[in-house]
Amino acid sequence: MSAPLLEVEGLSTTIGAARVVDDLRLELARGETFALLGESGCGKSMTALSLMRLLPPAGRIESGAVRLDGVDLLRLSEAEMRRVRGARLAMIFQEPQTSLNPVMRIGAQIAEAVRLHAGAAAAAVDARVLELLHAVGIPDPERRAREYPHQLSGGMKQRVMIAMALAGDPELLIADEPTTALDVTIQAQVLGLLKTLQQQSGLAVLLITHDLGVVAETAERLAVMYAGEIVETATTAAFFAAPAHPYSRMLLDSLPTADKRGARLAAIPGRVPPLDRAFTGCRFVERCPRALARCAEQLPPWHEAGAGHWVRCHLWDADQVDAATVAAPAVAEGEQAPAGEDAAPLLEVADLKVHFPIHRGVLRRVVGQVRAVDGVSLQLRPGRTLALVGESGCGKTTAGKALLQLIAPTAGSIRYQGHELAGLGHRRMRRFRKDLQIIFQDPHASMNPRMLVGDVIGEGLQALGLARTRPERLRRAAELLELVGMPGAAVERYPHEFSGGQRQRICIARALAVDPRVIVCDEPTSALDVSVQAQILNLLKDLQARLGLSYLFITHDLSVVAYLAHEVAVMYLGRVVERGRVDEILERPRHPYTRALLSAVPVADPRAERRTLRLEGDMPSPSAPPPGCHFHPRCPEARPECALAYPEGRAVSATHRVHCLLVEAGR
Amino acid sequence: MPLMPVVLWTDALLYLLLALLGGFAWHAARHEHLRAPWRRVARSRIGVVTLVVLGCYLLVAVLDSVHLRLRLADQSGATSAETRYSPEVLSLLDLALAGLRSQSEKTYSAPFATHLYVKEAIELPDGRVLRDYPRLVHGGAHLDDPAARGLDILWRGLLGALLGLALWGAILFALSAALARRRGITPALMRARIKAGRTEVPWRAALLTLASILALGGAVALLAGHYHVLGTDKVGEDVLYQALKSVRTGLLIGTLTTLVMLPAALLLGIMAGYFRGWVDDLIQYLYTTLNAIPGVLLIAAAVLMLQVYMSNHAEDFASLVERADLRLLFLCLILGVTSWTGLCRLLRGETLKLRESDYVQAASALGVGHFTIIGRHILPNVMHIVLITLVLDFSGLVLAEAVLSYVNIGVDPTMNSWGNMINGARLELAREPVVWWSLSAAFVFMFTLVLAANLFADVVRDAFDPRLRGAA
Ligand SMILES: Nc1ncnc2c1ncn2[C@@H]1O[C@H](COP(=O)(O)OP(=O)(O)OP(=O)(O)O)[C@@H](O)[C@H]1O
Ligand code: SF4
Ligand code: SF4
Ligand SMILES: [Mg+2]
Repeated sequence: MSAPLLEVEGLSTTIGAARVVDDLRLELARGETFALLGESGCGKSMTALSLMRLLPPAGRIESGAVRLDGVDLLRLSEAEMRRVRGARLAMIFQEPQTSLNPVMRIGAQIAEAVRLHAGAAAAAVDARVLELLHAVGIPDPERRAREYPHQLSGGMKQRVMIAMALAGDPELLIADEPTTALDVTIQAQVLGLLKTLQQQSGLAVLLITHDLGVVAETAERLAVMYAGEIVETATTAAFFAAPAHPYSRMLLDSLPTADKRGARLAAIPGRVPPLDRAFTGCRFVERCPRALARCAEQLPPWHEAGAGHWVRCHLWDADQVDAATVAAPAVAEGEQAPAGEDAAPLLEVADLKVHFPIHRGVLRRVVGQVRAVDGVSLQLRPGRTLALVGESGCGKTTAGKALLQLIAPTAGSIRYQGHELAGLGHRRMRRFRKDLQIIFQDPHASMNPRMLVGDVIGEGLQALGLARTRPERLRRAAELLELVGMPGAAVERYPHEFSGGQRQRICIARALAVDPRVIVCDEPTSALDVSVQAQILNLLKDLQARLGLSYLFITHDLSVVAYLAHEVAVMYLGRVVERGRVDEILERPRHPYTRALLSAVPVADPRAERRTLRLEGDMPSPSAPPPGCHFHPRCPEARPECALAYPEGRAVSATHRVHCLLVEAGR
Repeated sequence: MPLMPVVLWTDALLYLLLALLGGFAWHAARHEHLRAPWRRVARSRIGVVTLVVLGCYLLVAVLDSVHLRLRLADQSGATSAETRYSPEVLSLLDLALAGLRSQSEKTYSAPFATHLYVKEAIELPDGRVLRDYPRLVHGGAHLDDPAARGLDILWRGLLGALLGLALWGAILFALSAALARRRGITPALMRARIKAGRTEVPWRAALLTLASILALGGAVALLAGHYHVLGTDKVGEDVLYQALKSVRTGLLIGTLTTLVMLPAALLLGIMAGYFRGWVDDLIQYLYTTLNAIPGVLLIAAAVLMLQVYMSNHAEDFASLVERADLRLLFLCLILGVTSWTGLCRLLRGETLKLRESDYVQAASALGVGHFTIIGRHILPNVMHIVLITLVLDFSGLVLAEAVLSYVNIGVDPTMNSWGNMINGARLELAREPVVWWSLSAAFVFMFTLVLAANLFADVVRDAFDPRLRGAA
């Protein structure tokens, strides 16, 4: 094997008192994609910044060596390092929004990067800019080069970032969560782009991500980070076939998939230990279900678990190797009786529309409408989960809020147990508030930071007059906290004292306080780590079984859908394009958009044979939807007649309806 | 009773403001999220230094806001049932500075002068008349030989500074004992820590500031008994006295204006942002219209109208002081009317953002009423904006007073204010030789206050800025 391109040895980085990267070792060959996998706060970004020597002011590299082609980057002067950055080593960041200068034209920003490394003549620079834009697959590069960042979509911006990173022809690209802020179909585009670039130029990529699916699809080798150190490194195939570290194992088990529908997900209890203390034993010991007596006292050494597969765990001591035993016992549980399958719908939405007027000019005249929700019909049965799936901006959240009358619907009807809710005023809506509740995406923004947890949970009890005195409310709040798996003493504390997962539990408790029948869950887990997501999904499932709740589960994550939902509705540009039972949608999708969505989701199984169906372009703006079928500009199977009229819904089965011309034709 | 308290309108409002501040401090001390930013203020060196300076100004203003009327002395026992009080309304500060107030000269005299600034005809004992600078009635009157005043000034100044430092020493001991008790260490150790600057609150900086103020104050206090430290003005009034009396005016304008405009700005700003729709349109229309009228014009019109009213109804006012006070209040009001729009706009924007926040949505979903939502979720979360605006506006308003009084549409001409001092000094600048001390005194006092307030405002803003929160 030739000498590796990048060799990191014993790298330790501290920020203040916290040792955020500890004794890190990794090797990266030319043209290889290497993934660094870990949950938030485990030190992935700090590793990347250490390699680039771009640490925040409080950060310091304590020891170690970072050799790029044999040259130790940590020994270079700052001036020499500046020449390495961009020219040999480039980086792209998670947020394309904030990494571009909003007042500079795209072309000028790329030209700046080009000039920095080549110092070429003006004409050559322009040509190179267009070449780069072309290379990252931006259509019509001449026009785009003259535009400003806000005129580009998120995916385009990330492409521009990649173009800038490529300006200096680097040998190694460090990509820190390059697709986390993007939609799945756009993520598929960007990952595909990285792959092509790599094949063309022999670029090596250090891909930092928390998404096991992305790793499985793109990386050749990977390392798992936990609390500042690497605990396992292996080839992707070997890792997914048999993860050796208990943490890796549980991480895989905590992924929601269709196969695990009946079972509980393996949630990892507890949280990542704080890094500002010295570790005497294994860092995972507090959360490890298989911890041995010596785990707390002895640092686990590296063990070889297979060819090129190394793991840091005492279980792999030579005398007791038994890979199979590493597997945590799966907690199987029978699927609950499919209650309510044919019960009368609890909530029936017909042709719901929410349009937001666009005001312009001094007189604030209405010049157009954003058709955020444009004719959505749904049915939610008691004790069931209906998933509303779609990419960002398709109107999922608006639909959810309109259901609860948090946004006044423009048209359509919402019937709850036969009562019409649409158009009810604040006062008359009150008696239905008790039954319909909502949980939000961002657990950090969904609680008033100035209220005690007990008062947060008690708010509904007070407003609806269910518990009139504060002691009574606090008592109820404590009970509810126990119900969602938190200590009742938490009522006396402020929201900021809790982690994301705990806050989400508090929000669930707040919704449960008024004893609702229906809960709208608006991406309740997308801001959480996989292992924490598993805890919340388990909790939601338990609550449904115990209390017979119905969920309208809004999400963009199809693996969660597969695990949790009974029925699915797929939304595109304000309309439901396909809906049906979960098995119908996931296994026999009929609408081209659903198919594309499904094929874009990275699957955490490198052996999975998948027909890739890649969508081009972005979702159009809901203020000017395309005529005819909204999907036709991007649809791989579009025909001329698709542009004429919006396709009527066609029933594929009693439960399965699709809005696509092809369906009838294909039958 | 030897005196009768008098509560002027502005006094009452100042007490109210102090009570509000006290109440807020009491409330904030109990809530970590409110206490945290103030703790950051208290831990910043600039923060405590400016706090000490502002505290001194506040002390002067509060002393000057306790008004009373003294009992007339010549009540020869006959009708003791009815006590009569002097018509003159005095403040505690007036009583403390009684010497300064009464020791007036004939006209201008320079700082530390022993002679008047203008020549007069002096009749000599032998009957001849001489044109010369006469001796002052009070300034340096104790000196036999005016030429020897240098030594006298030095000696008295030093003595005063030493007395000031002695007082400071007492404060130091009391403070370190109190702090040491709280931490459970000996006072000596506490002093060593303060000296080394190893305390969380930068006590050393605060105490050093206090030491300089007390030393200066001591020296001036001792000297003021025998000299006009900052000279006298046209009618011979002591400029130091005027400058100190002006502190209250400046401080009141800076704080009361915000206080009177606060309810309107809060109510309208939050309503506009929360209810949107026609309520929002109406309120926005209101403040854009108000904003379009030049503020000075509005103020000039209002003040002139008030002037006319007051001269036509002179009998309605019990005393000159009350009349001046009402005019001050009115000025605060009208300044408030012209300046609430900025805060209102800020509050509207913040409320627009907050009403979309998840916790407000969650509260609506739980059926919480609109006004409860405003009171519980919106108001507490915009309070920091109110606070920051209050502190930031303060210095601007102090300066505005000076400018308005300068063009004669500010406070009553009989009221001491820096603006009036500058206005009075305007003509004297043209004199030859120049009379510079009134202007300089007003400038120094105002500059110190505004600088301290601005620096304090910066510290407060940084302390409340969530982006800097992690760094602190
Ligand atoms: N500027 C900073 N100052 C102090 N600590 C920091 C700073 N940035 C990060 N940390 C700490 O360093 C540790 C590692 O952070 P890092 O950003 O590398 O995690 P990550 O795995 O990339 O997480 P995420 O997936 O959320 O981006 C965390 O404990 C974090 O709190
Ligand atoms: S070393 Fe021990 S505690 Fe750590 S992962 Fe292995 S078994 Fe678990
Ligand atoms: S109707 Fe036509 S454009 Fe629309 S999804 Fe079907 S095939 Fe594609
Ligand atoms: Mg990160």
